[in-house]
Amino acid sequence: MKWWKYLTIVLLLYTAVMGLLGHVPRLAILNETERNLYFHVPMWFGMTIILLASVINSIRYLREPSTRLDTLAHESAKTGILLGVLGLLTGSLWARYTWGTWWTTDVKLNCAAITMLIYAAYLVLRGSVQDEQQRARLSAIYNIFAFAAAIPLLFIMPRVASASLHPGMGGNPGFSKYDLDSAMRLVFYPAVIGWTLLGVWITEVACRFAFVKEKIYEKQEKQLA
Amino acid sequence: MKNKKNNWLSRAFALLLPLLLLAGTALAQATAAATADQPEMADALRASGKIYVVVLVIVIIISGLLLYLVRLDRKVSRLEREVEGR
Repeated sequence: MKWWKYLTIVLLLYTAVMGLLGHVPRLAILNETERNLYFHVPMWFGMTIILLASVINSIRYLREPSTRLDTLAHESAKTGILLGVLGLLTGSLWARYTWGTWWTTDVKLNCAAITMLIYAAYLVLRGSVQDEQQRARLSAIYNIFAFAAAIPLLFIMPRVASASLHPGMGGNPGFSKYDLDSAMRLVFYPAVIGWTLLGVWITEVACRFAFVKEKIYEKQEKQLA
Repeated sequence: MKNKKNNWLSRAFALLLPLLLLAGTALAQATAAATADQPEMADALRASGKIYVVVLVIVIIISGLLLYLVRLDRKVSRLEREVEGR
């Protein structure tokens, strides 16, 4: 096993223990739920990084087509979508107990949901094309569109909006208050790295499995020929 | 090969140690702070020590999931060797 996999294990166990036992500032409304910062927020960090890896592989595919690059882009997108869905679910649960509702028409929430729908369409597109090369090329082009739409939706739209319940957006100072807390940073940054590495790990295993499967099929075809 | 693996493992733990120490100091400072007239936190859960039950449950779940991923990783590695070897 590669070294960064041990690092993932260490960082995630550290996050679980220190995320619950570490110091957090006493804040009204949020109370202990602010510990969700170590679990909910890293999902979005991980998703963005892995979707970036996906779109890079899609661009590489278009420059020089190969099954390998298509698999890398596809598996990365799947892991990114998984992390995004977990982010939405945890965010919704957190909102229920701090804002009093599962969902509001908040710009940050709706834009995140639209992003997930755009990426869901990526999987639908892949599933609807039979020819392998055509599927790879179409989905690579769509992936560029999806990423180009996701970045403004996630990072620009909420900041342009005048008001938002979600911390760190639209002049809501909530987030900077914990950001300044050095004890929370000491758990938050390792948590982001740990959860992102877990996403990378899952993607790596999924890709290697797909490569092996491809090789076995190739061998079977050769034997038949 | 085995030595190389252990080497990386010890490096990973060497990295974790200063983090835990720093966080430990922060924890000690926090408990010392006065709690009156401040937003309500789960102080009773911490005082009774039941919080450690929650910590252990989450550690067991994360360990179990990671162990499963490690085993999957190894299975794929074995399959790779088998396919490449012939």
